[in-house]
Amino acid sequence: MKKPYYLFNPGRLSRKDNTLKFTPVDEAGNEGQPRHLPIESVEELYVFGALDVNSAVLNFLGQESICVHFFNYYEHYTGSFMPRDYLLAGKVQIAQTRAYTEAKRRMPIARSLLDGAAANMLRVLRYYGYRERDLGLPIAAIEDLRQRLPDAKTSSELMGIEGNIRQNYYQAFDEIILDYDMGGRSKRPPKNEVNAMISYGNMLCYTQCLKQIYHTQLNPTISFLHEPGYRRYSLALDLAEIFKPVLVDRLVFSLLNKKIIQANDFRWELNKCLLKESGARNFAKYWDERMNETIQHRSLNKKVSYKHLIRLECYKLTKHVLNDGEYKPFKMWW
Amino acid sequence: MQVTATIIAYFHTCLRKMYLHHHGIRMEHTSDVVYEGKLIGESTYEDRAAKNTQLELDGIKIDYYDAKTKTVHETKKSDKMEHAHEAQVLYYLYVLQRNGIEGASGIIEYPTLRQRKHIDFDPERDVPIIEGWLQEIEQILEQEQCPPVINKSICKSCSYYDYCYVAEEIEN
Repeated sequence: MKKPYYLFNPGRLSRKDNTLKFTPVDEAGNEGQPRHLPIESVEELYVFGALDVNSAVLNFLGQESICVHFFNYYEHYTGSFMPRDYLLAGKVQIAQTRAYTEAKRRMPIARSLLDGAAANMLRVLRYYGYRERDLGLPIAAIEDLRQRLPDAKTSSELMGIEGNIRQNYYQAFDEIILDYDMGGRSKRPPKNEVNAMISYGNMLCYTQCLKQIYHTQLNPTISFLHEPGYRRYSLALDLAEIFKPVLVDRLVFSLLNKKIIQANDFRWELNKCLLKESGARNFAKYWDERMNETIQHRSLNKKVSYKHLIRLECYKLTKHVLNDGEYKPFKMWW
Repeated sequence: MQVTATIIAYFHTCLRKMYLHHHGIRMEHTSDVVYEGKLIGESTYEDRAAKNTQLELDGIKIDYYDAKTKTVHETKKSDKMEHAHEAQVLYYLYVLQRNGIEGASGIIEYPTLRQRKHIDFDPERDVPIIEGWLQEIEQILEQEQCPPVINKSICKSCSYYDYCYVAEEIEN
């Protein structure tokens, strides 16, 4: 089975016949024992350490339709090597663009995406609400805001409601997470441990959504809830909105509350808090396990993995823009 | 419009799949079944490929054409979709005839079943049938709307299954 590889060590990636070869190189320039990554097993690459690549290896990765995501020293997402689109469909592209340009078609999709996100946030909070935590207020506030979604006339109004929902949602985190205070969401840079975890998890979620979109006919730059921006695959942001509560936030709670990631997994710099390599590695490991966990899908009558749920979301969007079925967002049902 | 053999085969299995495939909404890359079929096609009768007898004509691609005996060979994984395979080979023979190769015949090979099936082409009988298909195909592909799902047992193993049947059934 294909799986993602996370490269934390600095080194060189090269092509060796029909496999990839990773040679670790330390600061003094000494080469370590090379590791071979069979190409059939590589789903995508996450590069956190300094990596040397050449065009031969990029051509090879491109030919195999493997994406490479790069992160800087601060674990901040830098960008991705996206191989040439291999699933072009003019009909989908036109339909997707039309669905964006016509406000009366764009708004229902944007609203649905946000409604799905809100439903999933509520699910997460209710789950912890049952566990003797007092989450009544934020839950009521989010429910209230959710009621107002149908009245939003423009996407900026929608994004306004989204902001309010998130604010209430994040306030509940301090109740859920036992040993750390979050004190509201801070990013660029994250100010404390919880924020560092959320930023890191959101990035993993975004790149996963991007990869899933890449393997469909949708265009990742044309989005509905977020404004299509340049330098951004904004459709991946749209999808991440739905999946972040389900995939990222629950994982953050469990890693912190079960003390799998601890105080010594973080490093502090001037005004920011970041995951150390140990923490980032551990997070990626549990993230990966979560991605491969399966649930019984209700309409497909079979087990599907969490990452496949994202792909299915792409299919539903494709069908929607082609007028082949109305888009209903994924809402956690358990 | 150039009609490929895949379109002909899908025409005989599922119109929705045919329509989606034609418009670039392809799912075959997600399927292990398709991959397996491709491997069987590539890994059986390997010596033939060396003779360089792949034939490309009017948008069709015949894996192996024996010019001496005028025989089209088509390799398939299983005979579950036999009528679609037959249609595909008939279409090859039709295209050959249209290009001046008369009297060719076909063999469908199922290497894993150790079976083969002969297909004869009778212009008087088959040309009108195939031209009927082509008309119908063109008409369906030009429609604005994709044909509906067919809800059959073959759907379960189709690479388009997830695409066709994904839904959020219960509303919270």
